[in-house]
Amino acid sequence: MRLQGHAGRIAALTVVGTAIVLPLVIFVLGPNMPPGHRTTGASSQVNDNTVLLVVMTPFTVFILAYLAYAIFAFRAAAGEELRDGPPIRGHMPSQIAWLVVTSAAVLFLAIFGTAELFASNGAGGGEGPKPIAKPSGPVLPVQVIGQQWEFTFRYPTYGGVETAELVLPVNRQIEFHVTSLDVIHSFWAYELGVKADANPGVDNVAYVKATKTGDFQIRCAELCGLWHGYMFDTGHVVDAAQFDTWIAGERKQFTPVEKYLPRYSVTYSPDPQVRAG
Amino acid sequence: MNFRRLLGYNLLTAFVLGIVGFYVGWWLGHQFSGPSIAYFADTGQNDIALFLAYLVGLIGFLSGLGFASYPIQRLLGKPPSLREKETAGTGRYFTLCTDHKVVGMQYLIGIGAFIFVGGLNAMLIRFELLSPTKQTFNANNYLTIVGLHGTMMMGMMTSGILGPFANYFLPIMIGARRMAFPRIEALTFWLLMVAGVILMTTVGYGGFPTGWTGYAPLNDQANMGMDSYIVFFALVGLSMSLLGLNMIATVVTMRAPGMAWGRLPIFVWSVIATSVLMLLAAPVLISTLLMVALDRTAQTGFFNAQAGGSPYLYQNLFWIFGHPEVYILALPGMGILLEILPVFARKPLWGYRLAVTGMLGISLLSWLVWQHHLFVSGINADLRPFYMLSTELISLPTGFIFICALGTLWQGRIRFTVPMLFALAWLFNFLIGGLSGVFLSDVPSDVTTHGSFFSMAHFHYTIMGGLLFSFFAAIYFWVPKMTGYAINERFGKIHFWTMFIAFNSTFGPLLVIGFLGMPRRAVTYAGYLHGGNTWVSISAFFLGGSMLVFVGNFVWSQVFARVPVGANPWASKSIEWQLPSPVPVHNFDRIPTFGADPYPYGDGDGAGDSTAPRVVTAPARPRP
Repeated sequence: MRLQGHAGRIAALTVVGTAIVLPLVIFVLGPNMPPGHRTTGASSQVNDNTVLLVVMTPFTVFILAYLAYAIFAFRAAAGEELRDGPPIRGHMPSQIAWLVVTSAAVLFLAIFGTAELFASNGAGGGEGPKPIAKPSGPVLPVQVIGQQWEFTFRYPTYGGVETAELVLPVNRQIEFHVTSLDVIHSFWAYELGVKADANPGVDNVAYVKATKTGDFQIRCAELCGLWHGYMFDTGHVVDAAQFDTWIAGERKQFTPVEKYLPRYSVTYSPDPQVRAG
Repeated sequence: MNFRRLLGYNLLTAFVLGIVGFYVGWWLGHQFSGPSIAYFADTGQNDIALFLAYLVGLIGFLSGLGFASYPIQRLLGKPPSLREKETAGTGRYFTLCTDHKVVGMQYLIGIGAFIFVGGLNAMLIRFELLSPTKQTFNANNYLTIVGLHGTMMMGMMTSGILGPFANYFLPIMIGARRMAFPRIEALTFWLLMVAGVILMTTVGYGGFPTGWTGYAPLNDQANMGMDSYIVFFALVGLSMSLLGLNMIATVVTMRAPGMAWGRLPIFVWSVIATSVLMLLAAPVLISTLLMVALDRTAQTGFFNAQAGGSPYLYQNLFWIFGHPEVYILALPGMGILLEILPVFARKPLWGYRLAVTGMLGISLLSWLVWQHHLFVSGINADLRPFYMLSTELISLPTGFIFICALGTLWQGRIRFTVPMLFALAWLFNFLIGGLSGVFLSDVPSDVTTHGSFFSMAHFHYTIMGGLLFSFFAAIYFWVPKMTGYAINERFGKIHFWTMFIAFNSTFGPLLVIGFLGMPRRAVTYAGYLHGGNTWVSISAFFLGGSMLVFVGNFVWSQVFARVPVGANPWASKSIEWQLPSPVPVHNFDRIPTFGADPYPYGDGDGAGDSTAPRVVTAPARPRP
């Protein structure tokens, strides 16, 4: 029967296409998805991206296979006399099947995403002052202060020293406290898989644990005015001994100016803003 | 020449009164004094003056067109009348005209011109991003260009399809001779034009640094150019909500006998779904911008954390408007898609009720998702699972649209005309747009993609790949009906293929570049992204070139080498194609009576060239 033939061929195309694409997605594309495996949060994002791709693949293959097949098989021949197709106004079983399958996929994605969010301590995203997904055990708090147009960093457990450079020890749970002195910025440490908006008057907490040493990019990801495009930096993940040496050096270097700093606080309230030029 | 013709309500008077009004307002603004104004006196930044200048200028312009005369006459006791300047002739396109078909044409050309300006800005952005560090424009100009591109597109395209095509065809499709509120209809168009000009004047006041989202407190800190953005968007919001109101009123009250809700063409349903959003979302925008304006002039502190306000409040309010707004952009495209597919597949629309459910479902769900724009902002972190679910739920009604489109193609006899190509491309582009949206809806995945070029490429896939492709589909499909002249098909196909390939070659790689760590709206980027950006820029220039093909083809076909089309070049069975091209001033000699489904393809009345719809042959049903 003709109709069976079309449906059968589209189904076959979908199955074969999925069978080819799915292994590629799982074994080739998935493990190489951004932002890489340098931290726990980044790894869980890669994991998440892979699952999303896997769920999407059959739908994508089906729709593209259907479209390609329809364009090929249901086209009117060149110069053919104008004729109407059959007056089919719907097909309840396929409508219900589509609804069931897409609903199942959506519910799975929402539940999986929520589980992954909690399992990964927020996956490096900003969670506000009272995070609901957080690690157990000791953390190293690091404050990130966004200001037009740079980030500075304070280490409250090291006397609240403020540095212009972000250095983190490897294999320690970091607790970022992101805030701003003026407009909204967004602290994006790409390779760490961390992004948290810096709002004036808000303490935005994000967790991450670096598992490999190396440099990472820092960028501002929220339009913050004139020099937004120049608000970038390089941070470093180093081993524990190097970190101790570095932080000791910073404390020594900045001791003379420490008395001019405001006391460490999760947010700061500078003078009323005046307009920048 | 009879110079007396220049007097009276016309565009010249409007320009004169508009400019005079602008300077009156400017002068008026300088008469205010007070400590908080004196605080900024030495900066040369008088926001009150600029707001008043725009406002009084707007009133002057609209009065010059004649919008004030009817209300004043009614107040003086003159009898009500319905129509203004509904005559033939070219002059009616340049003035206040209440013929819905004239307003549709005005919208098409007016909005088209502003979209062209927005597109030129996109070219400048891509020109700047040819190099990771070297600056072609200085930082301030770059941000202004980015802001102008985004704001112009988001503002103008809200009415991109409803303005030209719903104004023109919605009354015809439901068997009416006019819109419910013809003067309001004309007002929405002229408001939009004034708004567009006001936005462009930002260049003279230092531009604005905030992009189209205009986040606080950056908007409070910005130069006077910010005021242009505020007035522009508020006027767009006003135009939008009036347009939505008018559409809903028209469909509810002006359907011809027999035009039951279940017989509305699917495009009309998409207009309803969009109009509900317009009517309800735009007032939020207007009031939010009013608060920004008060922050900037009267020194209130709604969005200023130091003064007890909250930048979160702005983000919340903006996205309560902003997320319905993106569906205001997307929904009409779905209507165009499902309106065009039956004609060129020669099939009735597959799953009419499912499609209607899909559109209304999107309309409803779009109110429940706005905080996915704030996933990493730290606001309501414990609600993220809810917004993740609600956002992903939108893919269900969107999936309805897809399955209806695919079902309509089933066993069709597809003819690949230019509008059909654009409609099929919509399916491909919106598929990519929807799939990339899943990454953004998933909180862990969003941490990296948020605020990156990935999200930018995502919404360009849905808005440009969805809305603009369906906009062009509608142009190729309906403009011959509106003007009576064909659009050259060969150049139409060249336009389609260059646009489709260049579009995907631009925004496909941008998805990857974003995932690899490129933030939005940044004038510099990391060196390892240089190759990708160069590729994207070159593709974008081809994309711009494809628009020139369109403009050339459009002007050539419609002005210089006119080929008249008959009443029904596509052999469509919809009612608008049974009327002469162009549609006469009063649409119908007699109000039609509808008796059946709007897509009677293959309904047993001979599969030949049965182009006559069965809609007007059914006997009139007596109205209760």
